[in-house]
Amino acid sequence: MLKLISKKTFKGGVHPKEFKELTEHKVLEKFPEPDELVIPLSQHSGKDAIPLVKKNDKVKVGTLIAKEDGFISAPIHSPICGTVTSITKTFTFAGIQKSSIILKKDGLDEKDFLPPLDFETVSSEEIISRVKEAGIVGLGGAAFPTYVKLIPPPDKKIDMIILNACECEPYLTRDYRLVVERTEDLIKGLKLIMRASKVQRGIIGIEDNKQEAIELLKEHLVNHSEIELVVLKTKYPQGAEKMLIKAATGREVPPGKLPLDVGVIVQNVGTAISIFDAVVNGIPSIYAYLTVSGLGINEPKNLIVPIGTSIEDVIEYCGGMKENVRRIVIGGPMMGYAQFDLSTPITKAVSGILFLTDEELEVFPETNCLRCGMCVSVCPLNLTPVRLVRLIQNKRFEEAAILNVALCMECGTCAYSCPASIPLVQWLRLGKKWVFQNRFN
Amino acid sequence: MEEKIKKEFEFTSSPHFHSKYSTGTVMWIVNLSLIPAVISGVIFFGLYQLVIIFTSIFFAILTEAIIQKILKQKITITDGSAFLTGLLLALTLPPNFSLSATAIGAVFAIAIGKQIFGGLGFNIFNPALAGRAFLQAAFPVEITTWTAPNYSVQSVSSATPLAAFKYDKVLTELKPLVVGNIGGCIGETSALAILVGGIFLIAIGIVNYRIPLAMIIGLFLFGGVFHLIDVTKFPPPSFHLFAGGFMLGAFYMATDYVTSPYTPKGMWIFGLGISLFIVIIRLFGGVPEGVMYSILLMNSFVPLINRYTIPKPFGMKE
Repeated sequence: MLKLISKKTFKGGVHPKEFKELTEHKVLEKFPEPDELVIPLSQHSGKDAIPLVKKNDKVKVGTLIAKEDGFISAPIHSPICGTVTSITKTFTFAGIQKSSIILKKDGLDEKDFLPPLDFETVSSEEIISRVKEAGIVGLGGAAFPTYVKLIPPPDKKIDMIILNACECEPYLTRDYRLVVERTEDLIKGLKLIMRASKVQRGIIGIEDNKQEAIELLKEHLVNHSEIELVVLKTKYPQGAEKMLIKAATGREVPPGKLPLDVGVIVQNVGTAISIFDAVVNGIPSIYAYLTVSGLGINEPKNLIVPIGTSIEDVIEYCGGMKENVRRIVIGGPMMGYAQFDLSTPITKAVSGILFLTDEELEVFPETNCLRCGMCVSVCPLNLTPVRLVRLIQNKRFEEAAILNVALCMECGTCAYSCPASIPLVQWLRLGKKWVFQNRFN
Repeated sequence: MEEKIKKEFEFTSSPHFHSKYSTGTVMWIVNLSLIPAVISGVIFFGLYQLVIIFTSIFFAILTEAIIQKILKQKITITDGSAFLTGLLLALTLPPNFSLSATAIGAVFAIAIGKQIFGGLGFNIFNPALAGRAFLQAAFPVEITTWTAPNYSVQSVSSATPLAAFKYDKVLTELKPLVVGNIGGCIGETSALAILVGGIFLIAIGIVNYRIPLAMIIGLFLFGGVFHLIDVTKFPPPSFHLFAGGFMLGAFYMATDYVTSPYTPKGMWIFGLGISLFIVIIRLFGGVPEGVMYSILLMNSFVPLINRYTIPKPFGMKE
């Protein structure tokens, strides 16, 4: 009981069944280069990248094929050696049609990486420009261009970098594997981030269900007194930025503000590894680290996949899927996107592909709202979904806006808990959409 | 491969996971958790109580089905909520209560207590207590006619401990109040049996601890103040706690999802308010027991309480 109380966490949240045992001991495997890749120009939040290649152009592994467009955008590099066959529209995993560069493998193995930099002597400016050049985006899910986060506005005093190793979504184990397999590189990645942003203090936040990773980190951190390991209670959504900052530091990010405003930058484990690889090994962001899992796939695995690989290729590599697959999800089961097309390409920030069956997908018929208040007590942002949704259903958007519907991060905790199985998140999205369209303040 | 591509997959929005609780499972678990209370009723008042319980449940479900049929709504009698209303109503009736009156109470509970407002989720008052209140008004004598319990330790009493105190200043000991071999309603006499079910519901996360705890704190607070003012005239709070319908009210009636607040702060206000009214009615009212009226009274404040206790969003300064 004492242990329960003393463990660091946030208020609210839920604990869905983890299913991490399916893949947590599977070593990250390098995926064989597929014959054809579909590289969407939108792999990040912000503006789409601008293609720099045209049909029949030859590219090598690491060749820059699209450049960033403006401040919030990121360049894209080729993950294989081959030829551009076309630039055409395809669907991204979020269900949006975007231009994509189609590449065909030529079987050669020529590399066009960036020059490696020395870990010990690399400067803040060099790290930031490398992160930008390498097209690194946040791999926690939002795919926000990382270099932007590394340059805080001059009036914001940042005193802490938090490395997010929570991985609170069920099934996903790629961050865990990265911590276990590349502990030293990860710590170096964090130190590069700290150097880039000129911050002296680092925190690694990890949930207490990852014991092996915790032990390894403790061992490796002995020589790094500036980095502190903070073990957090296993609870969804512990890995949400605001929740992680609150649990690890006690600071609360005010509504509508950023972690910067409380002096913190949060980076994901995958991002830190990518930064290390980009700086020390000169490898641009051309791989997605992901967990392939769910009871519907024959061989669950953790993979390092070239971006642009299709879901279909991944299924084949993982021994095929079972007959009873009902839903295919990119991301985690709480916030991921259902897929309707197996040719959908994998992009930089994809953290998992899940093949879900009847056994995992509990579906209950929607009933009247019981006003039980479960959604209120689990909402990590302390919103009142029951009331917001009733207002939105009755098109009373302005009142919903006043009750801060725009703060909702769509973590799904409320809908997960709702006994009446009301699609709360969809309703809340509708409310948010109204608020953003009407620029309601 | 071609065939696999053609296979259709569910295309739904996140979250893709759902907890194991649905409206139906929640209701049926609550029903199951009342088994100890039903057993205590049978032990202390005889097997005939099962007939009353069955009658009440049967008419509650029948009423719901008929009304939904007439209104051409989806018939939802399998979700366990009409069953629960019937069961809770029966547990608040005196032992050996008339079956026809029981049936009338059950019909009223569902028809007027619940369906007239639009069915599950829309009623203002706890349906079981609405039915009970109707019976109290319609059958004032029958509903206060008590049966002496089996295994009774006190020679006199078929009267309830609350009545014994109110009219004769006889204070029942704590042990029988907890165990339940005292006069009272079918499912209300054994505090122990109700606690078993109630604590189970809190432990598995179906019932929020706030309302029962607020009610207990409120009872000790308000009951304690009066007890300290005049020890001879006012009973100790521990007596209030275990006597009458407090336990069933705190764990099962006040915690009814639909008719209690959904905000944390609101739950505290609601629980404290109920206890305040209970103490006032028990000590100064014309009737010995006040749990039912207190809960119904506070039910009517719920929309107001909800409105003014919306929590501050994460990170927002006061």
